[in-house]
Amino acid sequence: MASKTININLKIWRQKNANSKGSMETYKLDNVSTDSSFLEMLDQLNEQLINERQEPVAFDHDCREGICGMCSLFINGEAHGPDRAVTTCQLHMRKFKDGETIFVEPFRAKAFPVIKDLVVDRTSLDRIQQAGGFVSVNTSGNTMDANAIPIPKHDADKSFEAAACIGCGACVATCVNASAMLFVAAKVSQYALLPQGKVEARDRVLNMVRTMDEEGFGNCTNTGACAVECPKEISLENIARMNREYLKGMLSSEK
Amino acid sequence: MSKSVLLKSSIAKKYWMALTGLFLCLFLVGHLLGNLQLFAGGEEGRRAFNEYAYFMQHNPLIKVMSYVTYLSILFHAIDGIMLAVQNKKARPVQYAVNNAKSNSSGFARQMALLGSIIFIFIITHMVNFWAKMHFDGKMPMHTINKELEIQGQDPMTGQPTTQKIPVTYALTTKGDYKEVSFINPMTKVSENAVDIKNHTELYDKNSKLKIGEGYKDLHSVVLAFFGKKNDGNYPINDMGKAAAILYLVAMIVLSFHLMHGFSSAFQSLGIRHKRYTPAIEMFGKIFSIVVPALFAIIPLYICFG
Ligand code: HEM
Ligand code: SF4
Ligand code: FES
Repeated sequence: MASKTININLKIWRQKNANSKGSMETYKLDNVSTDSSFLEMLDQLNEQLINERQEPVAFDHDCREGICGMCSLFINGEAHGPDRAVTTCQLHMRKFKDGETIFVEPFRAKAFPVIKDLVVDRTSLDRIQQAGGFVSVNTSGNTMDANAIPIPKHDADKSFEAAACIGCGACVATCVNASAMLFVAAKVSQYALLPQGKVEARDRVLNMVRTMDEEGFGNCTNTGACAVECPKEISLENIARMNREYLKGMLSSEK
Repeated sequence: MSKSVLLKSSIAKKYWMALTGLFLCLFLVGHLLGNLQLFAGGEEGRRAFNEYAYFMQHNPLIKVMSYVTYLSILFHAIDGIMLAVQNKKARPVQYAVNNAKSNSSGFARQMALLGSIIFIFIITHMVNFWAKMHFDGKMPMHTINKELEIQGQDPMTGQPTTQKIPVTYALTTKGDYKEVSFINPMTKVSENAVDIKNHTELYDKNSKLKIGEGYKDLHSVVLAFFGKKNDGNYPINDMGKAAAILYLVAMIVLSFHLMHGFSSAFQSLGIRHKRYTPAIEMFGKIFSIVVPALFAIIPLYICFG
């Protein structure tokens, strides 16, 4: 397929630092290859800005192949843009039309404060993970081989699907309530489905949900927007599972 | 289990929303079955409805259920508003462009707005009927008017005469009709045949003993509210048509609330299964259309039918 180029208008959120007031700024960018990714397009814009001796746009990225969860951006009103099951680094400019105006905003949530321009602080998700998103293993030298424990294929598959969550925060950014339920549910499910995770299951779900609430995320209203926008297609089934796990934890907690 | 988990945690709040919401769905079914009796016309329909209203106000089990319903509405509304306020705070800065309709239904995103409209409706609805039934001193009793024919003799000519006396009878909880008042043929003034206390209690004039209890005429109050002439001659509401239309609007809002709410409640409680969830969703859609539609048809039928 022959590569094409398009000219686009960009409306991008610019904000000097966490404390300053930001605003949407307009940029014109010509000759964007439709084969380039959205982040490559931003690289091209930044080159143009640097040549014009302007401050380049700050945005998050790392692997650029959809596995690290570092890239973000709310593009034309959707997390990771209009395409489905992709991160922004996997989004291609062929999804946009010549002459189109593209709105680029940071992920918005109280728990995701803006650091600069399009870069937000998503460490609130890390703190939820630290509250229980792990299994404790004996590392004293006699570690048990994980494969020695039989696990039903069905459970292993479900756990693996949940473990595909890359912690990007698109679910939070998309949710009308800025709720982190899909992320937390993926992390809870991933372990709750495995025998190794069952040991700490009760405290895990209670602690992770408590931390989620403390970090200032909203409450789930089951709109389902998160699962639609999630680049890893994490299913709402996980939220139902977490709701069950939480009920179990709540009723049997010793605290 | 600590108290803070039971009431404060986001997920526990959702359990309460779901449990109270589903209980209110059950309440809707019960309330609807009662109201559908309004379709039956004539004295028979009126009688059946007023007997039903009496039963609903006096049966101890129904009383308990009604208190659970009041509490559920209050708890559901307060919890819902608290959740909505928290959710608003969770995103202090809004997006300049948000293409939310590409990933979720508007009903799902507007649950608090829809619920608040329903709450206002419930309050006005209770003022219109529930409060009348419980506290209104002018609440009429279920009575019917008949003419009693009295055979007599003309004192001058000795000819037999018949005289018609309009008499008002009350339907009593024993199922018979008791005379409560009549028009005195000499003075043409209405006179009480019995003493009436507390709206509906009938007492013998001489012995002061209770001889029966009548029914409140809620049927006539409802008809009058929606602008219809009624057997109880209760003053007709001039705004009856407007009331019927507003009730229709409220039921549309309820339909939207349930369109998302019904199946959402199951998700909140963790009930989700490949096989059952599509059935729950389908049932929820049918429920959220059929129940509000049947509710809405009643005032429209009274008003325009
Ligand atoms: C007869 C009346 C009502 C019925 C049958 C009803 C039913 C429901 C149901 C089944 C849900 C879903 C619960 C869940 O997702 O877990 C719900 C959610 C909700 N309701 Fe109601 N409701 C009624 C009245 C109200 C009222 C008066 C309000 C008041 C403000 C309200 C506010 C809400 C809110 C905000 C939600 C979303 C809660 C959430 O998902 O976090 N509802 N309702
Ligand atoms: S659930 Fe999906 S959208 Fe949410 S953090 Fe994980 S990968 Fe990102
Ligand atoms: S940069 Fe790693 S997922 Fe996009």
